[in-house]
Amino acid sequence: MSAQDLVLPAPKTKIARVNTGFWWRFPTYLVAAMVLLPLCVIVFSWLQPAPDIWAHLIETQLARLLENTFVLLVGVAVSVCVLGVSLAWLVAACEFPGRRWLDWGLMLPLAIPPYVLAFVFLGLLDYAGPVNTWLRNSLGIAGGIGEVRTAPGVIIVMSLVLYPYVYMLARSAFVNQGRELMDAARSLGVSPLRAFFKVSLPMARPAIAAGMALAMMETLADFGAVSVFNFDTFTTAIYKSWFGFYNLAAAAQLASLLLLFVLLGLWAEQSARSKGRLQTRRASSNNDRYQLRGLHAGLACVYCALVFAVAFLVPIGQLLIWTFSHLNEFDNRYWGFVKNSLVLAFLAALVSVGLALLVSFGRRQSPVKGLSFWARVAGLGYALPGSVLAVGILLVFTLIENQLLAPLRTWLGFGQVLIGSLAALILAYVIRFFSVAIGPVQSGLDGIRPSFQEVAQTLGSTRLQILRRVYLPLLRPGLLTAALLVLVDTLKEMPATLILRPFGWDTLAVRVFERTAEGQWEQAALPAVTLVAVSMVPVVLMIRRSNRD
Amino acid sequence: MNQLRRSVIINRLAKAAKVTGISMLSVGLFACADDSANKNVLTVYTARNEQLIRPLFDLYQQETGTEIRYITDSAGPLLARLKAEGANTPADLFVTVDAGFLWQASNEGVLQPFDSEILKTNIPESLRSTQDDWVGLSLRARTIIYSTDRVNPEDLSTYEALAGPDWNGRLCLRTAKKVYNQSLVATMIKTLGEPETESIVGGWVKNLAAAPFSNDNQAMEAVVAGLCDVTIVNTYYYGRMKEDNPDLPLAVFWPNQDDRGVHVNVSGAGITKYAKNPVAAKDFLEWLSKPEAQYIFAEANQEYPVNPEVEPSELVKSWGEFKADSVNVEAAGRLQAEAIKLMDRVGYH
Repeated sequence: MSAQDLVLPAPKTKIARVNTGFWWRFPTYLVAAMVLLPLCVIVFSWLQPAPDIWAHLIETQLARLLENTFVLLVGVAVSVCVLGVSLAWLVAACEFPGRRWLDWGLMLPLAIPPYVLAFVFLGLLDYAGPVNTWLRNSLGIAGGIGEVRTAPGVIIVMSLVLYPYVYMLARSAFVNQGRELMDAARSLGVSPLRAFFKVSLPMARPAIAAGMALAMMETLADFGAVSVFNFDTFTTAIYKSWFGFYNLAAAAQLASLLLLFVLLGLWAEQSARSKGRLQTRRASSNNDRYQLRGLHAGLACVYCALVFAVAFLVPIGQLLIWTFSHLNEFDNRYWGFVKNSLVLAFLAALVSVGLALLVSFGRRQSPVKGLSFWARVAGLGYALPGSVLAVGILLVFTLIENQLLAPLRTWLGFGQVLIGSLAALILAYVIRFFSVAIGPVQSGLDGIRPSFQEVAQTLGSTRLQILRRVYLPLLRPGLLTAALLVLVDTLKEMPATLILRPFGWDTLAVRVFERTAEGQWEQAALPAVTLVAVSMVPVVLMIRRSNRD
Repeated sequence: MNQLRRSVIINRLAKAAKVTGISMLSVGLFACADDSANKNVLTVYTARNEQLIRPLFDLYQQETGTEIRYITDSAGPLLARLKAEGANTPADLFVTVDAGFLWQASNEGVLQPFDSEILKTNIPESLRSTQDDWVGLSLRARTIIYSTDRVNPEDLSTYEALAGPDWNGRLCLRTAKKVYNQSLVATMIKTLGEPETESIVGGWVKNLAAAPFSNDNQAMEAVVAGLCDVTIVNTYYYGRMKEDNPDLPLAVFWPNQDDRGVHVNVSGAGITKYAKNPVAAKDFLEWLSKPEAQYIFAEANQEYPVNPEVEPSELVKSWGEFKADSVNVEAAGRLQAEAIKLMDRVGYH
């Protein structure tokens, strides 16, 4: 028999070429390009060297700034991890008095912007604050509680506002794990503590790492809270180069170094995640919690309640006291500020989540090499200090405005079209918060079996139909979480709102800026507390939704 | 059959509604952008906070019918935006709370010179640009505030003296990152030279009772609470605090009255190079330099009017008269980078 005989005859029927979903890769490219453009502006700043500023910074500042940044980052990472994981485990796996309330109460600090908690914290605890004054005058403790404008002070404030990220993600990981695996480990004679560290924790590792990554990126990029404490970090050097030396190029160069740190961090997180085991999503879990009794129940309750009180009740109480002593701050424009905040946040959430859906769906439809790399690039906007990114976006927009749109404009007789439009501001929010939106959408998508799509495809549905009729309903929880997260983040966002907002579009965050810029913390309390109240709505919705799962 | 047709129609209607909605939304998104074709609109980028400048916008609008629209932000981002927008900027006027940023705006070429006799007569030369492209609109004095409980004002004399051993552990300062302190040190470099200024600022740092504060209010509260005895702040912060608490155990001291005088800075404005409405912008500046507006502008924040014809408010007058440093406030901008480097070297953060 010769080899030729083995060749099968060509089939008579025409086989349809497998459609690789070519077009579905483009949403990813689009978002990646949107994020990359402002980043490029920042990276290209190296073309304008600023050697004298670098020499000065290296000589006098950088060592101290790097040390401060490192201490802050490690401190925040450890504290959000410990706080977030311990609280999440207690409310997800145990039953104790007050658990049902604390379960969602512990999410509420997410509604407080870091810069607000920072000034409330200092207003209460600084040398001249009520606590120290009372300690000195009534108890005769001369030193009071000591200086709080220190590294530990900043770490406490940042951890209290950022732990909800870890708490939220770890909590749903623990809830989804259910109890069987823990019980299996226990039946093999392992102590509860050991079972937790050997079984539950490793399974929740990807979720915890994702939460910590968000918290650490925010810490690195934060300028508001650290500047209230006058605690110098790497971002301080960026602002000093910009505002002090009027050298935007040097500021952008420093920012690009920051970006490098973040890339390293993300790479580390990614490798931690890939080593983590895949989570099995349980369709139904009737969640038998460990019933804590006696001392254990008391301790668990006190611990959770204490965190809730310190992170939420006390700051809100102080804000309310300040608000009531400065009620003349209120005028009827406030409803306008609330409306503006909400409209902006709502549009930003809608667009970000829409794009996140297209990108993550696109990754599944068009498994090209490198697409996941671009998807990750699209998430980098979160890692830069807000105002550096805002200026990067501004530079790109003006470039588009002045180069591409100029002929059109002169033809139509318009002024500026892009800059100062709502669209530009929404786009800036999307660039900044895309990574917040893509997380929940992507993980929701990962939980949907590809066979659903295959079935739909064999029934002759197009991809758009599949997206709408198969994925959209299944993804609803993930999409909602993503939208609510973007909503909260946009409400709190300050620098991009300030520089890119259309005339007359003042928001609550802008009002907080106007007052805190003058050091008038008590007058800033009204807009701040309104901002927190408005942000609580999406946070509470998010919790209610996650409880229904 | 009928039902099917109806559902088809409904579907189509829904689709049409969606398309209309989306296109209307996108038109709306861009509609908020510029309409500077309208000649009766003045556009202002202001680093002076809304609550301090809006009353004047409203008044001017009432008197002249000129509509004023504005955005507020810190001077740095606003300047970056002005520069990036270039010839397309909608802004006619750039308002700051410090001469340094005005000098910088001028230096970056985003301002245009203007010729106005009214402004020249109403505003002293040391509070205007030497290029005639910006003017100061209110004067802010950065002076010494002391505890009336623990300090005898006779022991106070100059900014320089606060570096001496008498004040060891008794001084509180705001952060060196704030432009007000940078301007103070910059003008000191201008008159005293760099080496002497460096040893003075170094002396301040040695005398600090606590790490520098992020704002003037905190520094004064620390003096009240007894953490330290003296601090250096802008007088209007003192004024605001005194207004809230008339029994405040703090008082104003005017330093350097026998030599250069108290350090002063301005909150001021310049007309942008590509202003669409430069005439209206100049008219507004001239209006602001006139007595009526000058009083309101300064009084809103308990500052001093720049127009020498106009008296400050009664409250501000009660702090006493003083001799101000007559060095041109431009020096604050020109020497700002030097000042920051100097403060970095001596560890003033």
